[in-house]
Amino acid sequence: MRCQQCEKQAMFHITELETGDVREIHLCEDHARVYLNQAEGEGQADEAGGAAGTLGVGHTAEELSQLDQKVCDMCGITFFEFRNQGRLGCPHDYVQFEQELEPLIANIHGAVEHAGKRPQRTAVGGDEAALPQATEPLTRVIGLRKEIREAIDHEEYEEAGKLRDEIQHVLSAWHASVTPNVAVEHSEGEPGQSEEGEAGRDAGRPE
Amino acid sequence: MKLDALTASNGEWLKGTGPEADIVMSSRVRLARNLAQYPFVGRASDHERSEIEQFLRGRLTRVPTGATLDYLDLGALEELDRQFLVERQLISREHAEATGARGVAIDTQEQVSLMVNEEDHLRIQCLHSGFDLEAVWKQVRSVDDEIETVVPYAFHDRWGYLTACPTNVGTGIRVSVMLHLPALVITRQIDKVFRSLHKISLAVRGLYGEGSQAFGDFYQISNQTTLGRSEEELISQVADVVPVLIDYERRAREFLVQETEQNVHDQVSRAYGILRTAQTISVEETMQLLSRVRMGVLLGLLADVDVADINLLLVRTQPAHLQKLRGAELDTKDRNIERARFLRKYFESGGTEAN
Repeated sequence: MRCQQCEKQAMFHITELETGDVREIHLCEDHARVYLNQAEGEGQADEAGGAAGTLGVGHTAEELSQLDQKVCDMCGITFFEFRNQGRLGCPHDYVQFEQELEPLIANIHGAVEHAGKRPQRTAVGGDEAALPQATEPLTRVIGLRKEIREAIDHEEYEEAGKLRDEIQHVLSAWHASVTPNVAVEHSEGEPGQSEEGEAGRDAGRPE
Repeated sequence: MKLDALTASNGEWLKGTGPEADIVMSSRVRLARNLAQYPFVGRASDHERSEIEQFLRGRLTRVPTGATLDYLDLGALEELDRQFLVERQLISREHAEATGARGVAIDTQEQVSLMVNEEDHLRIQCLHSGFDLEAVWKQVRSVDDEIETVVPYAFHDRWGYLTACPTNVGTGIRVSVMLHLPALVITRQIDKVFRSLHKISLAVRGLYGEGSQAFGDFYQISNQTTLGRSEEELISQVADVVPVLIDYERRAREFLVQETEQNVHDQVSRAYGILRTAQTISVEETMQLLSRVRMGVLLGLLADVDVADINLLLVRTQPAHLQKLRGAELDTKDRNIERARFLRKYFESGGTEAN
């Protein structure tokens, strides 16, 4: 059985009993979560429109369609694709779409701030401003790898080589910025070393 | 081969040991983690997926997790073997049915399972028999810490650990406890219990995650939110409700014995009778009947069966286990015949010889 809100399989079969009225609702895990959270917040939330409905709050149709066209600089996913699939494309999406994701995340979790464990990395030299816990600098590699595929596609091999060096540079910089015992090893199988050849085949992947 | 060793062993969560093991089958914690330098699995190219798999595989087997890990390449396994791992609760159904580079590292005790390229790059799972969330968390936390020394997990100062689905972001934690609640089902109180669990934002699903239509009165209770509270708080959210459910179930069992003793004794005995004599039986019916027998044993209504036997049968009568034990692929009809044969033989031999 399909979810009433999307194409996924319905995992939750909810029977609502309201003033003698019995209503059956079939939802996938994600939509059920949103639905149940909304049932909780009664009155303040909008109709049970799932994740997409939540995003619609306070937006006109035009605003919503503009929002949908936003693209991640690293993985290239559009906000529209995310809304359809319910899955983000890469870690950078949380930075790129931060504003758009905030109401959605608030609705799911009832919170917008992490309160759990954190990486135990420390910055070399104790540089607080470097925020060694956050791995955002590393996500640049995702974009660079995409550029390599495009370069190979256009037979710009010199450019691809430069980009590959840049990936190594980003990884080394990260490596150098955190304490050695918790650093990224990039001796084997690290991105950039085996891109050529195989990467060409991936490049034509439909967006 | 590793999988054959698993077939012969009993697995962690069905040992039937640990605190409150008469009602709490197992306790589980999983963490969702991703590499910072790759797209999430759903967005990664085939080549990137292979790189992610190699990157993690090499490190996971080297990390001192305190457990001996075996790595299985799921892409290279037969469908039957993948299904077997699902029944064993070592991988998810989605992980079994996916395509592309993916794998799982399993420790020999079957407590730790590290899924590579599931919905997230890495899912760290730890599973114990009985009600044991504190020990499970301790273990999962130390495995996570060890892996983090060699793997740059995607982490954001405000959002915490970053996951493919925003429903897991923050701690990436899913805490679940599997409960056997037959008396609450028989006394028709189970729906009321579920409604109250939903109100405190806990999710309920059946064994093997098949939505709310649980077979055999086995239910999994888990947290739904992952952000804004610490792992310990989220674990408490689940752990605090378990003693209440245990209490409800115990009282319902007492009620059944006191008010309807003949009736419940009759139901349990009939269930046992069918299991010992049927010539063909579906997996659903088997689970339903084993559930009743399990309750009967715990109520002292059936003397010659052990709870550990029932736990074992619950898993060994699942489709893939049955076929692995038989050593042949069977269609549904033949499986039902083989299942009935297996059960008759098991009870005839007093559980000593299962084949």
